[in-house]
Amino acid sequence: MSKIICSAAIRGAHKITDMAEEKFEAALKKYGAEQAVSFPNTAYFLPVIYSMLGAKVEKLGDMKDIFQECRKLLPPMVSEHNWLPYLAPALDAGMATFFAEEMYEAVRYLEQPEYYTKTEDPTAGNIWLGAADDVIFRKRGVEFVDGTAPGFAAIMGSPADKEVASKIALELQEKNLYIFMHDHSNGVRMPEQLVNNNVQVGWNTRLVPFGDSYTTAVFAIGFACRVAMAFGGIKPGDYRGNLIYNKDRTFAFVMAFGPVSDEWYANAAGAINWGFPTISDYDIPEVLPTGICTYEHVVSKVPHEEIVQKAIEVRGLKVNVAKIDIPMSFGPAFEGERIRKDDLYMECGGGRTSGVEVLISKDMHDVVDGEVILEGKDICDISQGQNLPIAILVEVAGREMQSDFEPILERQFHHLINYIQGIMHIGQRNIMWVRIGKAAVEKGFSFKHIGKVLHGKLHQEFGAILDKVQVKIYTEQAKVEEVQELAKKVYAERDLRLGNMTDETEEVFYSCTLCQSFAPSHVCVITPERVGMCGAYNWLDGKASFQINPTGPNQPIAKGECSDPVLGDFVGINEFVNQASRGAVPAVSCYSLMTNPMTACGCFEAIAAMLPQCNGIMVVNRDYMGMTPSGMKFTSLAGMAGGGAQTPGFMGVSKHYLTSPKLFMAEGGLKRVVWLPKMLKEELKEKLMARCEAIGMPELFDMIADEEVGTTEEAVLAFLKEKGHPALKMETVM
Amino acid sequence: MAISRNGCEGCTEITCTSTKNVLAKDIAKNVITAYDRVKMRGMSACLFGSTGTCCRNCNMGPCQIIDGVDEMIGVCGATADTVVARNFCRTIASGSAAHTDHAREMVKGFIATAKGETPHEIKDVNKLMMLANIFGVATEGKDKNAIALEIGELALADFGKQDDKPVTMLKRAPKKRQELWKRLGIEPRGIDREVVEIMHRTHMGVDQEYQNLMLQGARCALGDGWGSSMLSTELTDIMFGTPVPRRSIVDLGVLKPDQVNVTVHGHEPLLAEALCLAAQDEELLALARKVGAKGINLAGVCCTGNEILMRRGIPVAAGFIQQEMALATGAIEAMVVDVQCIMQSLAEVAKSFHTDVITTNYRAKMPGAVHIQFNEEDALGSAKEILKKAVNNFKKRGEFFIPQDNKLDVVVGFSHETINYMLGGRFRSSYRPLNDNIINGRIRGVAAIVGCDNYKFPDNNHEIIARELIKNDVLVLATGCAATGLGRVGLVRPEAAQFAGPGLREVCETVGMPPVLHCGSCVDNSRLLIAATEMVREGGLGDDISSLPLAGTAPLWMSEKAVAIGQYFVSSGAYVIFQSLPLTGSKNFHKFMTEGMDEIYGGCWDIEEDPLKLARKMIARIDLKRKELGIDKKRERVLFDMEMRRDLGAGSPLKDVGCHGPTPA
Repeated sequence: MSKIICSAAIRGAHKITDMAEEKFEAALKKYGAEQAVSFPNTAYFLPVIYSMLGAKVEKLGDMKDIFQECRKLLPPMVSEHNWLPYLAPALDAGMATFFAEEMYEAVRYLEQPEYYTKTEDPTAGNIWLGAADDVIFRKRGVEFVDGTAPGFAAIMGSPADKEVASKIALELQEKNLYIFMHDHSNGVRMPEQLVNNNVQVGWNTRLVPFGDSYTTAVFAIGFACRVAMAFGGIKPGDYRGNLIYNKDRTFAFVMAFGPVSDEWYANAAGAINWGFPTISDYDIPEVLPTGICTYEHVVSKVPHEEIVQKAIEVRGLKVNVAKIDIPMSFGPAFEGERIRKDDLYMECGGGRTSGVEVLISKDMHDVVDGEVILEGKDICDISQGQNLPIAILVEVAGREMQSDFEPILERQFHHLINYIQGIMHIGQRNIMWVRIGKAAVEKGFSFKHIGKVLHGKLHQEFGAILDKVQVKIYTEQAKVEEVQELAKKVYAERDLRLGNMTDETEEVFYSCTLCQSFAPSHVCVITPERVGMCGAYNWLDGKASFQINPTGPNQPIAKGECSDPVLGDFVGINEFVNQASRGAVPAVSCYSLMTNPMTACGCFEAIAAMLPQCNGIMVVNRDYMGMTPSGMKFTSLAGMAGGGAQTPGFMGVSKHYLTSPKLFMAEGGLKRVVWLPKMLKEELKEKLMARCEAIGMPELFDMIADEEVGTTEEAVLAFLKEKGHPALKMETVM
Repeated sequence: MAISRNGCEGCTEITCTSTKNVLAKDIAKNVITAYDRVKMRGMSACLFGSTGTCCRNCNMGPCQIIDGVDEMIGVCGATADTVVARNFCRTIASGSAAHTDHAREMVKGFIATAKGETPHEIKDVNKLMMLANIFGVATEGKDKNAIALEIGELALADFGKQDDKPVTMLKRAPKKRQELWKRLGIEPRGIDREVVEIMHRTHMGVDQEYQNLMLQGARCALGDGWGSSMLSTELTDIMFGTPVPRRSIVDLGVLKPDQVNVTVHGHEPLLAEALCLAAQDEELLALARKVGAKGINLAGVCCTGNEILMRRGIPVAAGFIQQEMALATGAIEAMVVDVQCIMQSLAEVAKSFHTDVITTNYRAKMPGAVHIQFNEEDALGSAKEILKKAVNNFKKRGEFFIPQDNKLDVVVGFSHETINYMLGGRFRSSYRPLNDNIINGRIRGVAAIVGCDNYKFPDNNHEIIARELIKNDVLVLATGCAATGLGRVGLVRPEAAQFAGPGLREVCETVGMPPVLHCGSCVDNSRLLIAATEMVREGGLGDDISSLPLAGTAPLWMSEKAVAIGQYFVSSGAYVIFQSLPLTGSKNFHKFMTEGMDEIYGGCWDIEEDPLKLARKMIARIDLKRKELGIDKKRERVLFDMEMRRDLGAGSPLKDVGCHGPTPA
C-alpha cells in the first residue's frame, strides 16, 4: 500500500536534500555566492526550479533561497500509527527532491565541467551525456510537437540481461518514445547493456543516457518543463499550468528496474506531480486510484515482456504503428541512427556509385499496386564492401493525385528509408546516398524491403490522394542511368512550376496548427513564398495535407482582399488567424517583422531580430550557439519569439524564407539583413547570392556581417559603415 | 433511587463504554442524567408535538390538529398542512437564529481582531484574500488588518441588510443553483431579516399556504448555510487558522488525573481560543503547581470542543450526550460554557462535586452556575480569571474516576482547504482525484453525517450508519457531535480504512486519510457546501450540487439547528434523511417535503428510523445519481493519440476522462 511508498519517498527526499545542501555549502565556501552556475547552453536556467517557482538560479548564492523552499516543502516522516494524510506531503517531498537534485547537478557542472559529454552521442570514454542543451531540446521538441515522439520513458536502472534491456529499448523505440536512462540496478547500467549488445545509443536513436546517478532524473523532468514553456507558452512560475500541460500532453512515465531505493521513490513521487506514473518490474506496492496521473500512479511486478505495453496503457497513450512486414525494426526512433564505417556492409550513391530516386504519377491502369520489382543484384548476391549503383523509381496513381504532390511524396523517401533499423539514407533526388549496415544484412535485408516500406507507408500516410503504388529498384548501371535521365526531366519541370508560383498567383494560403497540441494559441500561415518557420512545411505540403485530411491541422485560407501589399496584410488571413487563435492574435502581417509579426510555437529553424543601432535585421539559426549582436544567444531570443505571442522585432522564421522575395518586405527586404552566423550564410550561399543578384546588388552578400566580424552591435555597425551596407541609408523602423 | 444504568424503559440502551464505565461507579450514583429523566418523566413525547400538529401561535388555542378529520382543524381554520409547515418554519428560524447569533459574535470578534483589540491575529492571509475577492474589497497596498476590517464590516452588514440583493456569499454556489434560487425568488437578503420574516409569516393569519411558507423556510435556511454559518467558519478560520490535519484523542479518557481539568462546552470558539492562550500562561501554570497539579488540561465538550479540536488538536472529552457523564467523573475543576446545547442539569450534577459550572455569556445564564462574563476587549483577562477559579478548585477535588482506557486516536482538520491540498499536494491541489475516483467507481459517493446526539435512539446509530456507508465505498464527511461519536468508535482514524469497501479503502490508503473525515463543528457544515460546490466545479459530475452522488443525514438530531442545516442542504440540492421529523402530521406536507422538494430543488427530505435502512436509503440515492450521471457502468480506458491530443486545446468532447486540457487562467 502507498503508505510504504510515501514514507520511503519522504525519507528519500530528506536524504537527497541533505546531500545536495551539503554539496552546495561546500561549493559556496569554495567558490563564493557570486559564482555563476548553470546547465549547459540553456535559456531556462535550472528548468524545474524556473518553471515551478519562477526563480532564476544564476549564481551559487541564489540556491540558498531554493534550499529554504525545499525545507518548507519537506514534510515530517509518516508515523506508524494514526498517521496524517501522506499523499500530498509525499508529492511535495518529490518536488523538493527535484529542486535539490537540480542544484546538486548544477554544482556538479561547476565542479566537474567534463563530467558529462555534453554531446548528442556518447564519447569513447564516457557514455553519460548530461542535460539536453537548448539546441538539442529545440530540435527534439519539434518531434514532441508534431507527434513523431509522443513522450518519453524515464528509465531508472536496468534489467540484468542485456538482451532483455535491448528488447525493451527497441520496443520503446518502436512506440516512437524517447528513452532517457539514469542510474543503475546493482551496478548494471542500461546504456552500457545496450552498447555491449551493439545497440546505437545517443539522441539520434532516442536512447539517451542522461547520467549515472538517480539525481539525473531531473534532466528528464527539466526537459518536460521546457517543452511546456517553449512550446506551450506556459510562463515560468505557473507551476499548475506547467504540470497540467505535461499531464495532458507529454506522454511520459518512469520505468524502474530492480529494487527501489528511498531515493528512487522520492523521484517517482516527484514525477507524479507531472502526471508521470511509475511502472516497475519489482515487487513494490501499487497505487492504482487515479487523479494526479490520468490513470494509475504506481504499477509493479510487471514482467519484462509486458512492461512497455503496460507502461503506455497506464500513461493513457495510443501509438498508431502500422506493421511493415520486413525483418528489421521500423519507426521514427531509428531515423537518426547512423551506419558507421565499422558497421557498414555496402553503400549506394553518395558519389561512390550512381544513385537516384524519383516519384512520378501515372494513369491508374499503368500502375500495379504493391508491385516491387528489383532488377539487378540484391544484397544476397554480393559480398561485404561491394557497392552497387541504385535507382528507386516510384510510380503512383490515384483519383486525387496531382503532379504538385509528387515532390511531397518523394520527399518522404528520406525519412521512410531511414526509419528502417540498420539503413541510413542521406540526401535526395540524384544526390541520394544509402548505407546498408551489417546488422540489417544479418537480419536478411533485401532492396525489395525498401520497396515494401515505400509502398506501405505511402499508402498509410497518403491514402487519401493515391490508390496505387509500385516501386522499381534498379541496381544495374544502365538502368540506373535511364532513370537518372527521366529524373532530370522531371526535376526541371517541377522547379519551373514551383518557381512560377508566388503569393500573388495563388488565391489560397494554408494554415498550420500542427503545433496547437503544444502551443494552443499559435497559428502558422504558409504562403507559396513563405515556408513554415519549422522549415518542414511549405505551401504544397499544406495543400496536400488538406487533401489528405480535410479537417486536419492544415486548412485553406482564402487570403481575401490585400489591404497592404507591402506589409502582407490580407483580410481573409486576419479573420482566420483571429478565429483560429481564439482571439489571442487578431492580425498577422505576412511580410513584416515589426508590425503584427507571425507568432511561433517554438520550433522555428531561425529567429530574426531587429538591431536598432544598425538599423537592420539579424537572423540566427538554431544550431548557432554563440552570442549574437542582439546581446542574446539563440536560446534567449527563442524565449522572446516563442510561445504563441506577438513580439514586434522578434520572429521565428525558416532558413528558406531568407531566400524568398517576400522576406521582410515591410522593412525593406534582404537589404535590411545585416548579420547572419557564418554557418547559415554558407549553407544558403548559393541561393542568397542569387537573390542579391536578383535585386540588383550582387555585392550585398559580402556586406552581411557574421560572428567573425563581431557579436556586438558596435562591431557590426562599424563593418556596415565600412562596407556601405544599404540598411544604414534606409529609414528607421523603430 | 434505583436507576438502571443501562439506559431505561422508554429510552434506549447505552452502548458507549465510557458512559457505562462512569455511571457504574459509586461516585456517580447520585448523578441523574438525561437517561434517568426520560424514565422519571414517565410519559412518552406528545404525539401532536412529535408530528408537528400542535399550534400555539395564538391565544385561541393551543389547537391540536388531526389531518383528515374535518372537525380537528384549528380554531382559525388552519389545516394540518399549514400548522405543520408553520411549525417547521419556526424550527428553521430558531436554528438559523442560533447560528446567526453565534456568527455575529464571530464577525464582531473578527472586526475587533482587525482593530488589534483582541489577543488574536489575522492568521490565514490566503483565505483573507479569497474573501476580499468575494466581497469586492481592493487589497493592493493595504495591510492585512485594513483588509480584514473592511471585510468584517461588509460581513456584519450582511446580517442587517435591508435592500433586496442577495447576501454576499451566495455567489460562491454553483451558477445553476444561483439561477434556480433567483427564479424561485428565495435568495436570502439580510440574514436576520429572513428569521424575522418567518416569525411574521407564521404569525396567526399570515401565510397559510404550505408551499409558500416553505419558500421562506428555504430562504431563511440558505441565509444560515451560505450566510451566517459560512461567515462564521471563514472568519474564524482567518483568525484562528484554517484547520489542517492533526492528531488528537477523544472520549472521557482524555481527562487527566494529575492536572486541572477544564472543559469548554458550547459553540463559540472566541472564549475557547482565549482559554487556550491563557492555559499556557506562566503565572497560571505556577499557580497550578502550587495547588499540586501538573498542569492545566483543557478538553472540549460539544461543538466548542470540535472548534479547538480542528484548529489546535485539543482533545474532546465528550459530545452533547455525555456532558453530564463528564461531570460525573468528579475530575473536572470547571466546566466553562457559552451558548447552545448546554443542559440545565449541569448545575445540578455539579452540586455533587467540587466542579464549578461557569457561564460566560450574558445570553446564557443558569441557576446554580457561576457567571463570569467573557469580555472580548479583555479576552485574555477574562480567560485567566476563569482558569484561576478552576485551578483553585483543584485542591477541593474529591474522589474521582477517569475511564483512562476510554480514549481513541483521531485525525481531524478536514477543511475544504485540507481536502483540496491532501488530494494533490501544494502544486497539484484539486478535487480531481475525488471526482475521478467517484467517476471510476472506487468511491461510490459522498455522505455527510452531521448533527447531535439524542436519547431517542440508541447511541450507536451514528456508528451503524457510518459503518454501512464506508463498507459500501461511500466516503463520509462528519461534523458536530456526530463526528465526536464516530471518533469514539475509532472511525475517524486512518486505520479505519480497513472497515471500508475495497474501492474506498484503496483511495484512503493512497491518500493516507480516514474513511470518515472530521470536518468540524456544526456551524462548519458550510464547509460541506463549499466542498460540494468544488466537486461540481472540478467537473465530470454534472453542473449542480443536485447532480452529485451525495446524501446527508443528522440521525440523532435534537437541536433545531439540525433542521436549519438539513433545509439549507435540501435547498442546495442534497438528499437529506433524518430518523424522525415533526412533519408527519400532514400527509400533503410530508409528501411535499419528501417528493415535491425533489422536483423543485433536486434535493429533498426523507425519514427512516432504522439506522441500517437509513444508510441503505442514502446509498440508493447515491446510486440513483450515479445512474443519472451515467457513471454506474464500468468504462473503457481512453488512450490518447496525437490527434486527440491536438483536440485538447479546442474543446474536445472527451471531457469525462482523466484529461481535461490546460486549466484556463
